[in-house]
Amino acid sequence: MSGSRRPVILTFFAACAYGFLYLPIVVLIVYSFNRDGVGGFPPRHLTLDWYRVLFADGSMWTAVGNSVIVAAASVVISILIGFPAAYALDRYSFPGKDAFRRLILLPLIVPGVITGISLLLLVVSGGFRLSLITVVLGHATALTAVATTEIFAGLSRLDRSYEEASADLGASGWQTLRRILLPLMRTSLLGTALLVFTLSMDEIAVTFFLIGRENTLPLEIWSRLRRGATPEMNAISTLIFFFSVAAILASQRLIAGGETSLTPSAEVAGVTQ
Amino acid sequence: MTAGTDSLEKASADSSGAEVFLQIENVGKSFGAHHVLDSISLSIEQGEFVTLLGESGSGKTTLLRIIAGFETLSAGRIFLEGNRLDLLPPYRRPVHTVFQSYALFPHMNVFDNVAYGLRVRGVGAGEIKSRVHAALARVRMEAFMAHYPRHISGGQKQRVALARALVNEPKVLLLDEPLSALDANLRLEMQRELKALQQDLGITFLFVTHDQSEALAISDRVVLLHQGRIEQSGEPREIYARPRTSYAANFLGKSNLVRGVVRNGIADCRAFSAPVNLPEGPAIFSLRPEAIAPASSASSGSDVRFTAQVVAEQFHGAGTLVTLRCSEEIELTARINAAISNETWGEFAFRAEDLVPLAPEVHES
Repeated sequence: MSGSRRPVILTFFAACAYGFLYLPIVVLIVYSFNRDGVGGFPPRHLTLDWYRVLFADGSMWTAVGNSVIVAAASVVISILIGFPAAYALDRYSFPGKDAFRRLILLPLIVPGVITGISLLLLVVSGGFRLSLITVVLGHATALTAVATTEIFAGLSRLDRSYEEASADLGASGWQTLRRILLPLMRTSLLGTALLVFTLSMDEIAVTFFLIGRENTLPLEIWSRLRRGATPEMNAISTLIFFFSVAAILASQRLIAGGETSLTPSAEVAGVTQ
Repeated sequence: MTAGTDSLEKASADSSGAEVFLQIENVGKSFGAHHVLDSISLSIEQGEFVTLLGESGSGKTTLLRIIAGFETLSAGRIFLEGNRLDLLPPYRRPVHTVFQSYALFPHMNVFDNVAYGLRVRGVGAGEIKSRVHAALARVRMEAFMAHYPRHISGGQKQRVALARALVNEPKVLLLDEPLSALDANLRLEMQRELKALQQDLGITFLFVTHDQSEALAISDRVVLLHQGRIEQSGEPREIYARPRTSYAANFLGKSNLVRGVVRNGIADCRAFSAPVNLPEGPAIFSLRPEAIAPASSASSGSDVRFTAQVVAEQFHGAGTLVTLRCSEEIELTARINAAISNETWGEFAFRAEDLVPLAPEVHES
């Protein structure tokens, strides 16, 4: 190979790959501003009308509210379980630790369909009604594994001598947790929360089985698409896209401690969707 | 632990003689079959400055961490003022540590770092303020109270770490290679300061280092650790002048190891013969380079003389390390301050008492 010129075929291949990945999103965004909706190429008459329709759409915003509630609850539950689990995995050795790790992380690789069906069976056989609460349980089950992985990564990067210094200076375990560990883990926990929140916001597979009468945002969109795609869907999808990208970027920043790098969490995001 | 066993433990410590301030009794630590520490016993007086010296893997840091409570011991006991120390969790032990990395809390400023130990013990705000001020004044860091650790230099962090430990008035201060991250000049300055601080406060210091010159400069007593055992312990001058093993002789500075055979109270080392007080048979000796001088300028009493050729010299500023060839097989290193020319043959001398007999090598495998 001569000089710095890349072979043409490689460039072409790369362009195709990126086109395959991003062209649909570009089309989605562009047509959300097109007056004539989804039909018609090239797009003409740019307009914000579809966003106006969207903002006036009450049931859509109810769905957004439901999704936020579910996501917030999932964040709380997954971190409340994930932090102690990650702490135990990072700082202690105990019999059965390997099995414990596998069990905690298993939901990462279990398909959402399986998680959804099994939880549905449990809920129905237990005589409970499907509601947002069952959706939260489903999301928390899947996302606790994500939270554990992220917090574990943060903990293992944290110099252990801070905690030793704290104990050395007379602080009990709780005092060390509250005054040293949690403040030092703050960015890692915030990043994890953002990631879990985003993943929960656009979860469909698990939600589908566990949803009651109240829809989350992705299911609301899905049910409306069955009645035909409207540019309003493009508008809400565009908003979701930018929100997700911003949240994921922010969480990656926080988790990586200021460095922009593709950490395993990006792969995790791929697995659970 | 109940009061009954408490007094029992105390009694057993007392019965071994006068109460020792810090007593380390047959302490061992092993990970599986690997012995990191092997039956270490050590008695330390109140107000003593003791250095644990050793290379990495000698167990010195492990011993310090066992005393601090970060590691559990596999065998033995530790008493502080007659009470069992090793049964207490780290936060109940009246000993504090200065960490190698300083471990200053990054999310707290200098004042809050130093105040931390007092706060978690529920000391009142007024008292905290005056004690923190006093501690920071002692290490000349009062002006940096509002600074965060990332905004102060390594030497300053070192001082804050000291103040953070000392403000709690520990009975023993444990220092884990606290000077190793500093550059050479700052190191010497901090050694002086640490020593002065320790003498001023009268607190027992247990200092860990791998640097023999630091250990010799700073300590009342040096404990040389090697492969989890105490190789030798003693005052710096004594341990330097009278190493007991070849390992000790070499670790505590440069030394010539000379083999010889003793007959009728005379050690025949081929290059020279010296009167010794040893049983008949083969022997090995340590001879410090600075003990050797040209015969013309040697001090009185330098009664062992030999001739040798100067074959190499290395100038070190304060002196010159000279390689002396006595014969084909025998070369000695001498530290000589006078100018000396290469290739010349000359007569050299040392005092018979500087020829230190060493124990047979037990560690060689």
